[in-house]
Amino acid sequence: MFDFKIVTDWIDQTLRSYLPDFGVLVIELILVGIALLAAYAVFAIILIWFERKICAWFQCRLGPNRVGGRWGLLQTVADTIKILVKELIPINHIDKFLFYLAPFIVILGSMLSFGALPFGKGLHAIDFNIGVFYFIAVSSLGVLGVLLAGWSSNNKFSMIGAMRSGAQMVSYELSIGLSLLTMVIFAGTMQVSQLVNQQADMWFIFKGHIPAFIAFVIYLIAGHAETSRGPFDLPEAESELTAGYHTEYSGIQFGFYYLAEYLNMFIIAAIATTIFLGGWQPFHIPGWDGFNQVMDYIPTPLWFIGKTFFCIFLSLWVRWTFPRLRIDQLLRLEWKYLLPLNLLNILLMALVVISGWHF
Amino acid sequence: MEITVSQVIFGILAVIIVAFSILTVTTRRILRSATFLLFVLLATAGVYFLLDYHFLAAVQITVYAGGILVLFVFSIFLTSHAGDKLPKASLKKMIAGLMAAITGGAVCLFVILKNGLRVTEAVTGGEIDMKQIGYALMGTGKYQYLLPFEAVSILLLACIIGGILIARKR
Repeated sequence: MFDFKIVTDWIDQTLRSYLPDFGVLVIELILVGIALLAAYAVFAIILIWFERKICAWFQCRLGPNRVGGRWGLLQTVADTIKILVKELIPINHIDKFLFYLAPFIVILGSMLSFGALPFGKGLHAIDFNIGVFYFIAVSSLGVLGVLLAGWSSNNKFSMIGAMRSGAQMVSYELSIGLSLLTMVIFAGTMQVSQLVNQQADMWFIFKGHIPAFIAFVIYLIAGHAETSRGPFDLPEAESELTAGYHTEYSGIQFGFYYLAEYLNMFIIAAIATTIFLGGWQPFHIPGWDGFNQVMDYIPTPLWFIGKTFFCIFLSLWVRWTFPRLRIDQLLRLEWKYLLPLNLLNILLMALVVISGWHF
Repeated sequence: MEITVSQVIFGILAVIIVAFSILTVTTRRILRSATFLLFVLLATAGVYFLLDYHFLAAVQITVYAGGILVLFVFSIFLTSHAGDKLPKASLKKMIAGLMAAITGGAVCLFVILKNGLRVTEAVTGGEIDMKQIGYALMGTGKYQYLLPFEAVSILLLACIIGGILIARKR
């Protein structure tokens, strides 16, 4: 396995030989920031194309197929340029400050968790001791941006959308937190790098078998609801609320919400990958040394992104299969089914860990 | 004296905290006030991160920014409209508020200046391991906090039951 630390260390040492410590730090921060922002934008572009293709596939259509060859590969690039040059329509009778601020809070929330993801061996910008807890903490920021957007638009539909979104995100955060906690109990650590290293011989979903699998399914459902997509897209239900909390936004401000929505999907899938599917660790079967060695030749970022896209595919599958829920059904699913199941699952996991019934 | 990176970052955070704290109490639009409070809380979390106190920083973000502030915003939603402005505070109230703030600031400053050196010694321990915090919260020995923890959880349980009682259908 190629360790990307070699590359980052080389950059660090080259900079250090020319500059004082302060300059090195500033330049490295800027470099990491630019790399993360670029990855953020590129992933969004790929994801939107991916979603359109998958959606078309489920609906027996072709999807984008004009711009950029037979597969429409440049379609979303063209769309991005289009949204960048679109006019921002100014709106009267709104709270301008909050209205313009709200998209940035949403982006901030997702960018903060995006920055702490382990993309590959040595490609990990920041590794907190509290890792998993940090993800839970910063992902709770996005809901404020949505609430502010809905309120400051001074529009009934936006307001109702924001209220629904708030209720939904706050409730499903519980399930996300508890299902991650189940795996923290299993691993005995919250640090992302340690979580990934522990899965070197076998991924947690196989190691922890039944409780880990239940936690994985609950996490995927709750994460799906958290990003308000698929059957859970009540905050922006277009047939009832026009477009929910971002009805009044135009041009790139709407683009920010769109970007954050797709990236939140990516982040949820990436955290699922990190915690349940081994992060950037290749697929290993204990005892099959030849097979394991072959798997090691596949670069670690490819493993990470491949597994993440698999989780995203699951989420898209759900999105284009089920009809939208009502708000009471949505809240009932969380509070009456997922939450008790989750608590029982934590108990089961504790039992499994204490009695050592795992691999 | 040489200025280090952490001092620069602390300066930036301090300016953010002070400026937005003042804006929080002086703005007359209540939701803006809540938003400025969000910035204050986030910058405080930033200070904790600067001190390598990651657990406290994450708790600050989860509990205050993600929990209490969302609750504030929800209650503002239910009670006011966009464009509503609070009435201007009377001079008497403004003076009283200013006096309270100055008194509080003076007490803090007095305590810090009196114990200045000891405080700086106490916080330069580096990052505390999550496991250590967990054992301290759940242990029954000296300097361990199981009893307060359980007391708080009983209080929360009582709150939940109370909430259900108030909200249930008759």
